[in-house]
Amino acid sequence: MIEHLLVVVLLAFLAATAIAVIRLSNLYAAVMLFGIYSLLSASLFLVMDAPDVAFTEAAVGAGIATVLMLTTLSLASDRENEKPLRRGQPLKLVVVAVTGLALAWGTLDLPGYGDPDAPAHSHVAPRYIEDSPRAIGIDNMVTSILASYRGFDTLGEVAVIFTAGLGVMLLLGRTISSGSRSKSGGRKHGGSKSGD
Amino acid sequence: MGESTVGASPVTNQPVLRVTAKVLIPLIMLFALYVQFHGDFSPGGGFQAGVIFGSAVILYGLVFGEQRAARALPPGLLRWLACGGLLLYGGVGLACIASGGAFLEYGILTENPVDGQHLGILLVEVGVGLTVTSVMVTIFSVFAGRRQA
Amino acid sequence: MDPILFERYPYWIAILLMMIGFYTLISRGNLIKQVVGLNIFQTSVFILYIGLGNVEGGAAPILRAGTDVYSNPLPHVLILTSIVVGIATTALALGLVVRIREAYGSIEEDEIRAKDADG
Repeated sequence: MIEHLLVVVLLAFLAATAIAVIRLSNLYAAVMLFGIYSLLSASLFLVMDAPDVAFTEAAVGAGIATVLMLTTLSLASDRENEKPLRRGQPLKLVVVAVTGLALAWGTLDLPGYGDPDAPAHSHVAPRYIEDSPRAIGIDNMVTSILASYRGFDTLGEVAVIFTAGLGVMLLLGRTISSGSRSKSGGRKHGGSKSGD
Repeated sequence: MGESTVGASPVTNQPVLRVTAKVLIPLIMLFALYVQFHGDFSPGGGFQAGVIFGSAVILYGLVFGEQRAARALPPGLLRWLACGGLLLYGGVGLACIASGGAFLEYGILTENPVDGQHLGILLVEVGVGLTVTSVMVTIFSVFAGRRQA
Repeated sequence: MDPILFERYPYWIAILLMMIGFYTLISRGNLIKQVVGLNIFQTSVFILYIGLGNVEGGAAPILRAGTDVYSNPLPHVLILTSIVVGIATTALALGLVVRIREAYGSIEEDEIRAKDADG
């Protein structure tokens, strides 16, 4: 019961934080609130018995993502334009509402939260839970699935991270030329777009 | 607001921040290693350890300046480590093929399949940790370097 | 209230968060705001997945003597990796934002479009 109470409270906080993020026009505050949002969702994952995920979300969302966004803000401006809402806002609200309602309608066919007889828990999961301690000899089932049963997946994920790092280096990296060419370029060519 | 402490500018006139960071950074790094190598028995693994270790280095860069962080972990080394982690992962898979098994079939690596799984998972998680750490630190240092230019 | 309906509340809040993120993404012209919206969207999917993996009365999926019921570890694995992939792609998006800011001097979508129309 107390677990349900915690879930409800955390979800309410998450919704409130998300609404505050969208309403704030001070981007610095919005990014800091996003860090709080990540920390709240990490707590929620912990309550939902997923410590590995909570761990990752706390380090990634509340830590690195926030630092990166703040660094980007220091490179750009930290205020959002406070223009009145642009064209087609009602249409956008309708699109969002329809999507949300369709998804909520879809959940009616889902098993309830925490239902032990849900189909998701009756196919591969029992095998992972029962066999992995014996076949792999590791207590943490998440680790044995991550690295062994679904090792191929994880190899792909690592490749994606590597590629994203490569992409960021290609986009922004001047460290490769050790700063000698860093005087040119930058913010000077504000309006001149020679490429197109 | 937000301009003074973000990015790469060393916060030289903030003794509290510097002292706290000096105490915290070794602890964070130690914790990352614990998460990396104790991930078989408690929550943790290469992804988490990589991110935590990366954030320790990023904290160092934020407080003491990106130059000093780059001296401790040169960008060239980080690029090698990022490739090395991914290659280690793939290399373990190839080693399994070479031993007569399927790709990433760790059980084949030693006489006892369970020991082989242990070895394979350990190596693979180290590979993941190396790549994630170096990619995170590289991304941050590239962003911070942009700011100084 | 019907208990069958009520026991799906975590999914509904996840959908609400998804709607907030989605609306931020399509209605705001500021690129950083859009990246934040995308991240809120992403986190709502994580919450839905982890909620689906939860088992009433189950423990965290780490072998422990005397425990028989564990939560489903498979969603944990999928979400764990996708969180780290998510930060990598977010970094890429922020890198693009920085480049756009350097090229156009703005991170507001309509100003960027106006400049494109001029040039």
